Amino acid sequence: MTNFNNFRFEVDGDGIAVATWDMPGRSMNVITTEVMGELSAIIETVANDAAIKGCVVTSGKDSFSGGADLGMLQESKTQFEKLAKEKGPEEAMKAFFEESRRLSLLYRRLETSGKPFVAAIHGVCLGGAFELALACHHRVLSDVDATRVGLPEIKVGLFPGAGGTQRVARLMQTGDALQMLLKGDQIRPLMARNMGLVHQVVPRDQLVQAGKDWIKGGGSAEAPWDQKGFKLPSNKVYTPAGMQIWPPANAIYRRETQDNYPAARAILEAVYQGLQLPMDQALRVESRFFAKILRSKEAAAMIRTFFLSMQELNKGARRPKNVPPTSLKKVGVVGAGFMGASIAYVTANAGMEVVLIDRDTEAAEKGKAHSHKLMTDQIMKGRAKTADRDALLARIKASADYNDLKDCDLVVEAVFEDPKVKADVIQKVEAVIPADCIFASNTSTLPISSLAKTSKRPDEFIGIHFFSPVEKMMLVEVILGKQTGDKALAAALDFVRAIKKTPIAVNDSRGFFANRCVLGYILEGHLMFLEGVPPAMIENAGKQAGMPVGPLSLNDEVGVDLGLKILRATKEQLGEAAIVPAQEQLLTELVDKGGRLGRKNRKGFYDYPENGPKRLWPGLKELQPKHLDAETLDMQELKKRLLVTQALEAARTVEEGVITDPREADVGSILGFGFAPYTGGVLSYIDFMGAKAFVDLCRDLQAKYGDRFAPPKILLDMAASGETFYGQAEARKAA
Amino acid sequence: MADAFIYDAVRTPRGRGKADGSLHEVPAVDLAVTALDAIRRRNDLDPILVEDVVLGCVDPVGEAGGDIARASALKAGFGKEVPGIQINRFCASGLDAVNLAAAQVMTGMKDIAIGGGVESMSRIGMGASGGAWPADPGIAVPYYFLPQGISADLIATKYGFSRDDVDAYAVESQKRAARAWEEGRFKKSVIPVKDINGLTILDRDEHMRPQTDMQSLGQLKAAFEQIGDMGGFDAVAIAAHPDVEFINHVHHAGNSSGIVDGASAVLVGSEEGGRKAGLKPRARIRSFASIGSDLALMLTGPIDVSELALKKAGMTKDDIDLFEINEAFSAVVLRYIQALDLDPAKVNVNGGAIAMGHPLGATGGMIIGTVLDELERTGKQTALITLCVAAGMGTATVIERV
Repeated sequence: MTNFNNFRFEVDGDGIAVATWDMPGRSMNVITTEVMGELSAIIETVANDAAIKGCVVTSGKDSFSGGADLGMLQESKTQFEKLAKEKGPEEAMKAFFEESRRLSLLYRRLETSGKPFVAAIHGVCLGGAFELALACHHRVLSDVDATRVGLPEIKVGLFPGAGGTQRVARLMQTGDALQMLLKGDQIRPLMARNMGLVHQVVPRDQLVQAGKDWIKGGGSAEAPWDQKGFKLPSNKVYTPAGMQIWPPANAIYRRETQDNYPAARAILEAVYQGLQLPMDQALRVESRFFAKILRSKEAAAMIRTFFLSMQELNKGARRPKNVPPTSLKKVGVVGAGFMGASIAYVTANAGMEVVLIDRDTEAAEKGKAHSHKLMTDQIMKGRAKTADRDALLARIKASADYNDLKDCDLVVEAVFEDPKVKADVIQKVEAVIPADCIFASNTSTLPISSLAKTSKRPDEFIGIHFFSPVEKMMLVEVILGKQTGDKALAAALDFVRAIKKTPIAVNDSRGFFANRCVLGYILEGHLMFLEGVPPAMIENAGKQAGMPVGPLSLNDEVGVDLGLKILRATKEQLGEAAIVPAQEQLLTELVDKGGRLGRKNRKGFYDYPENGPKRLWPGLKELQPKHLDAETLDMQELKKRLLVTQALEAARTVEEGVITDPREADVGSILGFGFAPYTGGVLSYIDFMGAKAFVDLCRDLQAKYGDRFAPPKILLDMAASGETFYGQAEARKAA
Repeated sequence: MADAFIYDAVRTPRGRGKADGSLHEVPAVDLAVTALDAIRRRNDLDPILVEDVVLGCVDPVGEAGGDIARASALKAGFGKEVPGIQINRFCASGLDAVNLAAAQVMTGMKDIAIGGGVESMSRIGMGASGGAWPADPGIAVPYYFLPQGISADLIATKYGFSRDDVDAYAVESQKRAARAWEEGRFKKSVIPVKDINGLTILDRDEHMRPQTDMQSLGQLKAAFEQIGDMGGFDAVAIAAHPDVEFINHVHHAGNSSGIVDGASAVLVGSEEGGRKAGLKPRARIRSFASIGSDLALMLTGPIDVSELALKKAGMTKDDIDLFEINEAFSAVVLRYIQALDLDPAKVNVNGGAIAMGHPLGATGGMIIGTVLDELERTGKQTALITLCVAAGMGTATVIERV
């Protein structure tokens, strides 16, 4: 038995080796430089020892491995930049290329070592780890439900660069392969076998034995694609069949990504070119794309936001360390309307007891019925059992009696957005709840500090702002009033974590964080409309910039009337100068004169016919004072305006101290309103452009379109000093 | 620079481009041979005088591959001394072949050359030669590859042509083609394809449907709606032209060019070449041009290239008596008329590819002959011939009778 730090390596009496991957001091195996070195030694031992017939690779943990250490990948990019400065770009690029394909070459060595290798997989096996499995000659999965395989690299702006694109494209039809690589889904065992990704699914305790049996039974040490006469699953690229596949694949790629994701394009190109080559050359081509994508700003931005920041926030990065974990057994929800009912559902779904209060039992029961409906939908989809529904409903008590809140650990109010109504509820709730119970308001428009004024215990008063639909939206804004204490913050973050959503902690401000940015996006759409930009072009500019929907569509979704209401409230409270009169006029025209409220009454900026897709309302033309010729418009500038206006608002929230951690702005912008994910979020958008370039862009837009694009002082300072939001945050942390 | 003259122009009839089409049994080379042989015989031309045979062919693979111009010239009995070259600029290949022949004459390097083209769509199949532009993501994505039907529908949507508009144009094309055949306007240039015994295989354009009316066309389903949606192409069209909200699919087999087999040949020469061959010139080639244009609209190249060719000729559109624009799709012609503000009565007066078909590489050489016959028949002087081209290009030629 040879010992390694990260593997146990044993050879049995039949000459079959088992390499058990089990990294010390970690709950999950991960591919590191050391792991690569040890794996290489194992491969050479198996290859060169005539007494060893083959090798089964398995894991000593509850899962196989999550893949490569993204930190290691980021580090290699830093090394490249350093080397480029020292030895010049060409020298650095050569070294980086070789370094970035080490894993790919290692797997290829395993595949062509002459000895059969089997991957015996239990639990998750993702990314670089699944690429290891794909390089093995035989793959066995445990039949356990938690077992998953997949190549999720695309979700962090990368792609499988250790042979993944080439081996998947040789295992299944090209269309299916592209879909798997571009979606990055995790795949269940039986599905994986049906797709041809793995060979066997067996009970967990038979995994290694199944691998050994396959080797003993004469399993071939030659991959199918290395065998003479191998035929590609979809035939050659340049055949009539190939011509049915590639043109639509390219078009669908653009439809799904707007060509904003270089990694996704690289998948297409690597597969397209690779399928025309023998394996070794195909892998080299894949490596060329990988080395390019690994250096892309999209990968850097997405790894940071989607992997590192999201994980850190979910683990409670902002949680006060000195507060012990909050006991959250019972949660009160006051107001059983749409939001309250949904909050009750997600809370009960996380296993907590819920008291759902409304003015009468009937209204409360109606709110509870929402959970019944949602669970029934789950049952219909095969994702839950009747017993699950019964158990969940048993955890929700619908009531009109505030006394039922007396033993709650947390109460969330979601009543009508009226300060008087809220004050009344606060008073009633505080009269019955225990001293250590936290009170949270789900307001989206009223400042938390002003609501807290009606509370007897403002230090235990906090905002927990959910987004609609609550079941789907992963972001929760936790709003700190002026007097909110650490205990309330910790409780709110613990609660958000318990319901498996991602929290961001935001200091009180009109619109908090997310809605401020969103309103800027919609306003810009309205202003373009008034300038005479064709409405379709405004919408397409939003989508092409990477937003989930155009600004006019978004306005229809949230309600044109709601937009008008917010605008009028702002005008009333902050004065005429705080709003754009032309916007008010436009919305008044639509709402008051046209009765166009948005999707809810099937007419807003769009018409929503009963059958058939929504279409821009033809009458919009008459609401535009003039009409610009599309051919004279700069689409790139329209796209930039729509993103810059949001990023600027985010920068202002930093300047005002509303946002104190750039990770929260970035994660919040993507989870909260789908800000162009390839940028890494609103502040990463600025950081990766560089503050100076961003300020120049703002000045240009300001000159053309007005002072809303004036860069705030914080950005001017950053432009002068060359700092970034993340750099400043690091410096603050270090200080 | 020498003048290049057209001494003669011929074409085969156009056979339906399917297995049941009359020309399906005829090898592609033999289609070209029919045209080349006619040029030789009816002009009593000593083939040794022909210094090059330039043939357009869009899918030059299989029997049409490996320089079909050389093979055709040999089989036509031109002798081993006569070279051949096959070229490809998609749908304009036939016209570009004439232009290339003319260019060589104009430089003085050649005195007589033949330009033309050949396509057996029934035997080879459209797209058989492949190509990177649709397939290679590194080209297809940044340059907005679209199937041509989607581009045609995009043109209709963007420039406001309704289904009725495009259908009405198609009906008119059929009517004009039927009248032209009835009145024998094509008989001068259409050379029957015969078998080895001299039996006629085809002597008429067999794709035509003169009975076509709005009602019969109205029953056809838009052909590109499904690939536009499922294949993602509508989204690509909109990405390239974001002022468009959705694509209005209006084209179908009845208002698009027909898939057919055929060949064409145009005898081009200098004054000196004509004298050597003892021939009288029929027209002078005033100018020609090719351009690249918007990739997603793809088929609007004729507009810009016509303006360029006119400029090179020192002419304006008002100096042109007849316009011949290939009817790839109805919207292509309608947009051309709209953009150049033309009188529809001067455009495609004897119908076009919607009625008679579009044998890709051959069409350019065919329509130059068609419009020259019409100039002679009506005593008019000038014509502009143009074709839209895949991958966003256009080619045009201006001719004038002498």
